[in-house]
This record gives sequence, structure tokens and C-alpha cells, in this order.
Amino acid sequence: MSEAAKGTGKKVPKKFLYVNRKAPYGTIYALEALEVVLIGAAFDQDVSLAFLDDGVFQLANGQDTKGIGMKKFANTYRALGDYGVTKFYVEKESLQSRGLTLGDLQEITYEDENDDFKEKPSIILVSRAELSEVMAQQDVVLSF
Amino acid sequence: MLHTVNKSPFQTTTLQSCLRHTRKGDAVLLIEDGVLGALKGTDASGDIWGRRVEVAFYVLGPDADARGITKERMIDGINVIDYEGFVDLVAQHKTSQAWL
Repeated sequence: MSEAAKGTGKKVPKKFLYVNRKAPYGTIYALEALEVVLIGAAFDQDVSLAFLDDGVFQLANGQDTKGIGMKKFANTYRALGDYGVTKFYVEKESLQSRGLTLGDLQEITYEDENDDFKEKPSIILVSRAELSEVMAQQDVVLSF
Repeated sequence: MLHTVNKSPFQTTTLQSCLRHTRKGDAVLLIEDGVLGALKGTDASGDIWGRRVEVAFYVLGPDADARGITKERMIDGINVIDYEGFVDLVAQHKTSQAWL
């Protein structure tokens, strides 16, 4: 941190990326990642989420967990916008490999406080190369 | 960026996915069961061989030793490092990403 920044007591937010590569329910990774994102959201950092490989299934619409007796946490992603988590990078190639399109994912939006609280989509469809670039730009990458 | 991979390429697609997201100048360190990916002449070795020019590859020696993966059995050009070397790699790169 620069001396000037120290003087004002302000800290430059760091770029945090949470990488999701596992399908939900089969393992605890997806739910744990969500918990950590919610905790991390309290610290006013520049947070993004990445969904690739089987991680894209975390955002699939039409999830119904009644039969397996587990909590359906998919709805929680839609609440993240209220915590300032508004960037969900979803990898195109991962969707394609699994026969999915953007239309198979639940709609996730946030209200842009810098634009008259207009509702905007949180999901950003990116290519593998673009996602690699997003990863390279981070200060901290946390994988699940 | 430093990438670590701790899964066998014969069990999961973790290494494959990691390699597809590497960029020029990145380093990949194979640890735990990930060291199996260092073997030459396997179904998986072509993936590492294909990225060897742009990406530097490392294997954590103690994990390789434990599994009988000797230097002679490894793909040419892979660097074997110890725990201190692991720390150096982390220090040399701005960020680390664990592929699980």
C-alpha cells in the first residue's frame, strides 16, 4: 500500500476470483464455495466467480433436491448481487461439452447502483481464452 | 501464474483443464497424485508435451519418489523440485491457482 493510501485509511480492494469446477450435491465443494463467497463479500473486495467444467451445473435451472434430502442452494446465487457480487464468468466451451446453452442456466441479475439501479445480468459468457485472461488478472484465486 | 495439480490425469480431467487455461510464461507444478501426469508414454503425456514450449513444468520430488516415478520415467524437460523449490515457485509468481 502507498503511504498516501495509508494516510487516508483506505485500502485498495483486491481482485478475488472464486473458481467453481464441480457439480453440486455429489461433493461439498460447491456449497462450501458459496459459503466462502458470502463470507468474503463482507470485506468489500472486487469479487468475481468463475464456472467451468462440471461447475456450470451449479447454475443449471430446474434443480429439485427434494428426492435426495439436501438443501437446494442454487437460489442463493441470485442473492449475491445484493452483496456486491455481480460477475459470474461462465465458460462457453464447458457449456458446449455438456450440451448446455445459456438458456439452461437460471437467470441471475443485480441492480446497478451506478446506473439508476437498473437490473442487469450477472452472468458473463466467456471463451476459454477469455477466462484464462480473467484468471491472470486476479490478486487472489480460490479454487473449489 | 503458478498452477498446481493434485489429481491423476487417469482419474480426472483436472490436468487437462488446467493446461487448457495456461498462458505463455505460466508454470505448472504436479503434486500428490498429480505427479502421475509426469510419466512419459501415457495417454495423458501428450497434453504436457504440447504445452512444453510456453509453460514450465515441475514435479514435487518427494511425491514422485513416493510413487516410484523416477526421473527416467518422466517426460523430458520436466523439472523435479523439493519443498523449498515449491516455496520459491510460489514466491516467484504473482498468483497461484490450485486445480483440485
